[in-house]
Amino acid sequence: MTESINTIPFSRMFKPKELEGYRKNLLSKNDPDSPKILICCGPGCQPSGSIEVAEEIKKAVIEAGWNGKVIPQVKMTGCHGLCSKGPLVTIEPEGIFYQKVKPKDVPEIVEKTLLNGELIKRLEYKNPATKQTHSHTKDIPFYGRQTRLVLKNIGHIDPFDINDAIMRGAYSGLAKALSEMMPGQIINEIKASGLRGRGGAGFSTGVKWESCASYPGTRYIICNADEGDPGAFMDRALLEGDPHSVLEGMALAALAIGSERGYLYVRLEYPLAVKTLTQGIRQAEELGLLGKNIMGTGFNFELSISRGAGAFVCGESSALMSSLEGKVGRPRPKYIRSVEKGFQDSPSNLNNVETYANIADIILNGGKWYKDFGTEESAGTKVFSLTGNIYNIGLVEVPMGVSLREMVYEIGGGIPKKREFKAVQTGGPSGGCIPKQFLDIPVAFGSLAKVGSIMGSGGMIVLDEDSCMVEIARYFTHFLVEESCGQCTPCREGLIRMLEILNRITKGEGQDGDIDTLEELGHFMTDFSLCGLGTSAGNPVLSTIKYFREEYEVHIQNKKCPAGVCKPLFNYSIDANECTGCGKCRLRCPVNAITGEKKKPHTMDRDLCIKCQECYKNCDFRAIMII
Amino acid sequence: MAAIEVKYQEPEIDFTLIDKIIRDEYGGNKENLIMMMQAIQKQYRYLPYSALKYLSDFIGIPFTKIYEIATFYASFCLEPKGKHIVAICTGTACHLKGGGQMVEHLCQRMGIQPGKTTPDMKLTIETVNCLGACAVAPVVVIDEKYNPEADLSLLNDFIDRLKAE
Repeated sequence: MTESINTIPFSRMFKPKELEGYRKNLLSKNDPDSPKILICCGPGCQPSGSIEVAEEIKKAVIEAGWNGKVIPQVKMTGCHGLCSKGPLVTIEPEGIFYQKVKPKDVPEIVEKTLLNGELIKRLEYKNPATKQTHSHTKDIPFYGRQTRLVLKNIGHIDPFDINDAIMRGAYSGLAKALSEMMPGQIINEIKASGLRGRGGAGFSTGVKWESCASYPGTRYIICNADEGDPGAFMDRALLEGDPHSVLEGMALAALAIGSERGYLYVRLEYPLAVKTLTQGIRQAEELGLLGKNIMGTGFNFELSISRGAGAFVCGESSALMSSLEGKVGRPRPKYIRSVEKGFQDSPSNLNNVETYANIADIILNGGKWYKDFGTEESAGTKVFSLTGNIYNIGLVEVPMGVSLREMVYEIGGGIPKKREFKAVQTGGPSGGCIPKQFLDIPVAFGSLAKVGSIMGSGGMIVLDEDSCMVEIARYFTHFLVEESCGQCTPCREGLIRMLEILNRITKGEGQDGDIDTLEELGHFMTDFSLCGLGTSAGNPVLSTIKYFREEYEVHIQNKKCPAGVCKPLFNYSIDANECTGCGKCRLRCPVNAITGEKKKPHTMDRDLCIKCQECYKNCDFRAIMII
Repeated sequence: MAAIEVKYQEPEIDFTLIDKIIRDEYGGNKENLIMMMQAIQKQYRYLPYSALKYLSDFIGIPFTKIYEIATFYASFCLEPKGKHIVAICTGTACHLKGGGQMVEHLCQRMGIQPGKTTPDMKLTIETVNCLGACAVAPVVVIDEKYNPEADLSLLNDFIDRLKAE
């Protein structure tokens, strides 16, 4: 995304109520219902080429003859949500949704849709279940079943333009709190909302704030934007698409707790988030919405951005604070609470990106309004990144309590390529795999924990029948071995022993008793590790043993990998009855192991086969068998 | 690195530039050590020994502490990087869709381990734990350009181009 041109000059605000006037002034010059072309430049669409599409659209809009029609605004926005269908283009105010847009489609979009109001069938969304196409965002089940509170602005605003955010209500919560609320009232409202930390642990946000405010000293407000779970990109999309929702939430926390200094600790791999935040802070300071003497009230809150250096463990609060101090990030025992002695040994309040993004709306609409979403024990909505073997991959926000089935089949559109659902992995490396029999449990803090996983920060990875659960456990354990900080023995040594065993099993050298040893190691780590990451590090192995024990047994006893993933434990063979001789596998095979005449069943030379899966994944007739 | 020894021909270190990073950009503040190191690495594409030594003397942090940070955080690199950098995402979604196989394939064809550089200094192979672009998995980043839904042929084409250089 490029820095946008701001046509309306910034004017500093000296009273909280001036914000409303400023907003009205913006709205009078920018009709929200005027035509707009919104191009998603989020984490999914950008690699698919959305920047090129945006440049092409900008050019085409300038060149087109509008004959008195209102020339649409072209905006590069944050994530629209349906990442697997990117690049996405939305045309407002009609809400027309086009997917997989290529630069060459642009002239047609301008000519047909923008100038003549015609729809382009081939760019519409195709529903995998009904085979129907949908031309408007509101008709697509992926969107229709969501409740977007945190994501309400993402995809509608230019993240580099604070005015865009203000027009949609940004900083109104802060203005309200500054003009009519005492710090205690803010905390009470957050407590009443039932908001629990969105980073994974689910601790009550209001209680944390209250506790931090009770300790004397210089207090700090810290935002954990070190989104390290592989397969999770909610925070990235939020920071890149709507940075002001997070900044406003942090300012409200500072006001409530009595802090003047805040830090955002952003993951190294997210350079664009650093750009949107830097620009956001600068613009907000210019308007008097952050920095010194905010809106003329005497409240100061200065924010700076700190970049991570690539350590998963720094997502743990005490490790993050140590990293902020310029040291190595090693967690410390929990009996010293960071709300009392955190960053620089001072009271520090640390929340996750999504937690802060919820705050302003709670202040504006009241805690009770928020509590009405979700379930009794888990209030509000939660943003998930739905990925893996699923049709609609993307960013999803739902009220707590929807079932996994709804997530996978209705929002996610089910499993592609006629494969069977196998499990959902939630909570990243600290979480576990939830099998089919629990598809109807509600997605909430308590219910996921009950089945041996955790909510985590919101990564939700769908696994199909082609996923080997032993290999998944090995993958996460390998990840954790690399990322363990190494300071406590159960986590450091336990993980390495676990990985050795899992490596053996996936190579076909599993032994009797391996499963018991894995369980023993897992439970030991859960009981005796020092930090939250260590105590949960056994989860991937323990939960897969719990629900997929027979898969481990087949690997160990029969030396077979039924899913066809662990290379030494399976072979491919072509089913002569199913093979149509289309030749697709023959052409894709990188080692020429497949031979055969056109339209006649092919054969495979097992000695040449490197089991790269190219034939298996691409066969349209499921003629490649795993034996 | 087993021991601290300078195995490589170090580039010419511009100490006035390092001064500028430490003092002007980060106020000589120890709290900003990690960011100073990031700035130095950005300049030289790795952390040269003499630059770190200078940093240690300048801000009064023992060299061992700096070395600890350089080895603790995955983004820091004590060895010079190759002309080209291929980073393969090994996040969960990419792993499920063959990211691991791609690491294996590239490493095998180039004869080096992940994180290492070819002896001719042409290529460094890196793995990334998740780029957050899971929708277009598997993702391979070649010289900072994202390649969505990458496959083995992408790597093979890249190797061919590399060999032709």
